[in-house]
Amino acid sequence: MSEQQVVAQAAVVDGAGGLEPGAVPAGGKEFVGRSPGQLAWLRLRRDRVGLASGGALLFFVLLAVAAPLVERLYGKGPLERFPERLDRNGFPLGYAGVDAEHWLGIQPNLGRDVFIQLVYGLRTSLLVAFTAALLTIGLGILVGVVAGYLGGRVDAVLTWFVDLTMAFPFFIFCFAFIPVAVNQFYGVRDAEATWFRPMLLIAIFVLFNWTYTARLVRGQVLSLREREFVDAARAAGAGLGHILFRQLLPNLWAPILVTFSLNVPALITAEAALSFLGIGILEPTPDLGRLISDSVDFIREVPTFTIVGGTTLFLLVLSFNLFGDALRDALDPKSTR
Amino acid sequence: MLRFFVRKLLLAVSTLFAVSVLTFGLFFAVPNNPAELMCGNGKVCSPERLEMIERRMGLDVPVPQQYGSFMKGIFAGRTIGEGDAARECLRPCLGFSFRNDEPVSRIVGRTLPVTLSLVAGAAVVWLLIGVSVGMISALRRGTVFDRLAVGFSLVGASMPILLFGPLLLIVFVYETGWLSYPRYVPITENPLAWASAMILPWLALGFLNSASYARLSRAQMLETLTEDFVRTARAKGLPKATVYGRHALRAAITPIVTIAGLDLGTYLGGTVITETIFGFTGLGKASLNAAINLDMPVVMATVLLAAVFIVAANVVVDALYAVIDPRVRLG
Repeated sequence: MSEQQVVAQAAVVDGAGGLEPGAVPAGGKEFVGRSPGQLAWLRLRRDRVGLASGGALLFFVLLAVAAPLVERLYGKGPLERFPERLDRNGFPLGYAGVDAEHWLGIQPNLGRDVFIQLVYGLRTSLLVAFTAALLTIGLGILVGVVAGYLGGRVDAVLTWFVDLTMAFPFFIFCFAFIPVAVNQFYGVRDAEATWFRPMLLIAIFVLFNWTYTARLVRGQVLSLREREFVDAARAAGAGLGHILFRQLLPNLWAPILVTFSLNVPALITAEAALSFLGIGILEPTPDLGRLISDSVDFIREVPTFTIVGGTTLFLLVLSFNLFGDALRDALDPKSTR
Repeated sequence: MLRFFVRKLLLAVSTLFAVSVLTFGLFFAVPNNPAELMCGNGKVCSPERLEMIERRMGLDVPVPQQYGSFMKGIFAGRTIGEGDAARECLRPCLGFSFRNDEPVSRIVGRTLPVTLSLVAGAAVVWLLIGVSVGMISALRRGTVFDRLAVGFSLVGASMPILLFGPLLLIVFVYETGWLSYPRYVPITENPLAWASAMILPWLALGFLNSASYARLSRAQMLETLTEDFVRTARAKGLPKATVYGRHALRAAITPIVTIAGLDLGTYLGGTVITETIFGFTGLGKASLNAAINLDMPVVMATVLLAAVFIVAANVVVDALYAVIDPRVRLG
């Protein structure tokens, strides 16, 4: 977004519209200068869907962060069992086991409380997705900026890597890779450390995901590097690192932020899918995907269990996606959807 | 034009080569030698028996040589092992399963049609629903229909199949009993039973995908409608149906073809979640089972096949581009 555009948009936001930069409106009101960040915030605040999804998002994140506190207040742990609440066949008593004590019911067979499992499952999901998205963006920015700015042979090699990674069948490769990696580190009999699977998933997600950011950043840098401010910096004797990360990068934060916010829900879905298939997060770490996978075994008898777990995942992804869209609209008012 | 395709093909071949080398490398990254895995635990497995199995599976030669003969086997067939342990493996030879010695090509032949039927039907659903909803809402912009369609595409794009698939099962199978739990029947055996088994997975995969297609085709159509050639066509008196259905549609549909081609390529490699939810053994499910059992020949074959589908879809999409949109000049 260039300087002129920013000023022009400031005028529009003020409701004065179409003013020359620096001009004083006829009403005598002082022209207020606003930074691109302030403008985006103004636009976001007017977007009702954006606000609602942002609120939902905040709720999920707070719930996940404060999971131990929620556990203390709620009085039940994620692994605690309540066998007295199950009937002889392992099905929860009453309507899916819902009552004042267990807000969302009891898990069949294992007899765990569903609500606290969801809270801790959110924690796992968000932890994996956020970490992976941050690393993805970091790697993507690094590769994209370097490839775009240096061009030539470096660019050709990096672009080939990007194309290669994109042609990899992600899910199928996960099947091939995860069991082999686990086997490599732990053998067939040893028990895995609980941190190992999340780390492995994060590593795989980063490995396959960085290409999109890299592509985006590369394209932007290609057009930015010919601009005057880059020439000026170079003429002033700035080093390569300064030009790349102090001059070019600040111009890219808007698309990067949008990519990040749309990357997180995609990663949440992928993590849930892998755990659903039994090669993601394992017992005893609570996880949304595995909870749904467990629930499908009892779908005939306790359908609400599946619906509760699935709906949580759906709402989480939905609020991220809606917020990402709102963010895009706020940061780039020219975009249409 | 020619140069463009040669470059694309070279890229495709180099990608496939890299995928095959990587998966072959994984195969040997398994610390338990596959022969040991097959041989059983310490008591049963004598050194002689281990050596015999290694010879039988052709694992006693250097790794690059094994890679070479593996690739040769795909195109020309090969003999695995030597002497009395030799087995003939016909083209396209993908080896034998470690678990039950079944030829991998037969496993693929059994599971690929399941995935193929699933994806083909789902693609019809998502293209029909997605593109028509997107087009209509673009033409009736701002109406109730448009708003509902936009809402549908927003919500649908976030709906995980982990919820939608089980929901369909709950509603149509367990609560109302309108359909029975799906069981795959080959189309050659009984087309009607095939379709009725496939209808829920088609709906699940197709409906979810149609959301993003509706969104994309709406945006494309809106953009196309503002173009000069649409106004010209209207101004010279062509009926609306011709202008929107022929002129505008053709221009708007190009990116949809791209995405559809790439999606098809990806899904043909396996729709493992849909297959798992509805209890089919397609390519994805077979691959997952094989991976959990460390049955590496099957894993390798499915990864390679999935990569072939993706790469082929890329090439086909590039070619289709030029056919659909005459403005595209490849070069």
